[in-house]
Amino acid sequence: MKKIALALGLLLVTAITGCDSGPSQQSTPVQSVSIKGSDTMVHLVSSWTEEFMKAHADVDISVTGGGSGTGIAALINGTTDICAASRGMKEKELKLAKENNIFPLEISVARDGIVLIVHPENPVNSLTIDQLRLIYTGKVTNWKEVGGADTPILLLSRESSSGTFVFFQEHVLNKEDFSSSARLLPGTSALVQSVAADHGAIAYVGLGFAAEAQGSVKTLGVQANDQAGPVVPSEETVRSGAYAVSRPLFFYTNGEPKDATKQFIDFCLSPAGQKTVRETGYVPVS
Amino acid sequence: MSRSRKLFITDKLMRLLLVSAASASVLIVCLIFLFLFKEAGPFALKPGLEKLWDSQWIPVSFQQEHFGVGPLLSGSALVTALAMLVTVPISVLVAIYIAEIARPAEREFLKPFIEILASIPSVVLGFFGLLVVAPFIKTVFDLSTGLTALTGALLLSLMAIPTIISLSEDALVSVPYSLKNASLALGASHLQTIFRVTLPAALPGIVAAVMLGIGRVIGETMAVLMVTGNSAILTISPLASVRTMTATIAAEMGEVPFGSVHYQALFWIGIILLVITFGLNIVAQRVLKKYGMMK
Repeated sequence: MKKIALALGLLLVTAITGCDSGPSQQSTPVQSVSIKGSDTMVHLVSSWTEEFMKAHADVDISVTGGGSGTGIAALINGTTDICAASRGMKEKELKLAKENNIFPLEISVARDGIVLIVHPENPVNSLTIDQLRLIYTGKVTNWKEVGGADTPILLLSRESSSGTFVFFQEHVLNKEDFSSSARLLPGTSALVQSVAADHGAIAYVGLGFAAEAQGSVKTLGVQANDQAGPVVPSEETVRSGAYAVSRPLFFYTNGEPKDATKQFIDFCLSPAGQKTVRETGYVPVS
Repeated sequence: MSRSRKLFITDKLMRLLLVSAASASVLIVCLIFLFLFKEAGPFALKPGLEKLWDSQWIPVSFQQEHFGVGPLLSGSALVTALAMLVTVPISVLVAIYIAEIARPAEREFLKPFIEILASIPSVVLGFFGLLVVAPFIKTVFDLSTGLTALTGALLLSLMAIPTIISLSEDALVSVPYSLKNASLALGASHLQTIFRVTLPAALPGIVAAVMLGIGRVIGETMAVLMVTGNSAILTISPLASVRTMTATIAAEMGEVPFGSVHYQALFWIGIILLVITFGLNIVAQRVLKKYGMMK
């Protein structure tokens, strides 16, 4: 027992001395900006940060994911300067913010479109939102029920940890649960790969990924309702909102942004920043 | 300070260093258990452990979340059982060949290949599974997709084969020569001796090898995450998609809100998994010790 206690002590000592060199000496005053939130946006925000810090060596920006909910909670607790969110703040969250003397300012920085993809030989060209809901909740299981061939539908989805999963569930499935027979694949490339190989498959991916996979998969048009014509997802239709399965990506700040935070957000909205948006597969807002 | 005194102190210090290094592993196991229970604990109070017996695993929902580990347990069990069905006969036959029949040159040639098989990273095997095994299964069984429990099982058996081969081989080699010689002296042929004498004598060691193989397979994550399709459904069909416990933790831990009920449920899965592998290891060690096959 004594030996174990000694060993523990030794471990502790190494741990403490190991951590001691943490805070480094800073010679010049550096402004720091923290950004927290949506995992969907982490790639985009990191790209912005890289570009921005090339020109502004005196600003130190830290980017962390964790999900839109985590980011909004951090904004409300005052532990982040900017919250990145792939959804708007809920009533409850706005109320909580007010109670904490936080005044969230919503800035739309990009848009994201979710594209439905099927096998290139699938004769179906478009589906209504309602049909998509019936398919993904498991009530429609054969393509012939939505005007296709007599093939069972193979449902493919992202994992439940994905922001896209939640967005799809909220806006397309109308908050119903996904069918339990949906195959959950760990990444977008696995989805594209499976759709390209399986005749009855359907999956949803971000606009940028669908553009890359052009040729090996077919993109479906989406009808907002029975009367509306099918809208093919593209940069224009996503930006205008005509394509039904699209969403804005936001930054939230506490009141008007100041100093380095303002500089950074201005950069994101500038033509150079919006060019990065396109390069990372999203749709620019301006 | 005298020279002998100095030596005495260095001796003491070295001893201390070695003892602490050795006890660190014990300490780490205990700390991991403690940590898992600390993170998972609140689930027992709210919403209560009985929620883990739900028949569905729907952790993200606008309606009602379900945290039933049943489909995940059955998924892991199905994949593991299938993998063992494939692995055990192959591994035991290979082990018999290497231990009893192969000439030294053949043995020297075979063993490195088996060891390389053990060292392939599971992500690489996953890629292989996604691009080669899954399409193969799809064509052979005429399915709409090759992402099935069987696909995962085949990949896992590739990982378990080396473990089971080398441990079974050790067990076969450790059978005393006197037994084999007695059998041969009684007029039994070489093959009769292998299957009637050596194999039964080595059986406890082979059983332990299989248990350790199961432990390896049930804890494997990446390959099954990539090829089993991950649908949380209760099934015993090898051609259905399953969601294993490991894949669930790996896929969902990334974005689960810290400290939420979902987060705690994932830790419960971790505890169940740890208890299973821990149990398998202990039983395997006991079997080996009892039959004096511990090296």
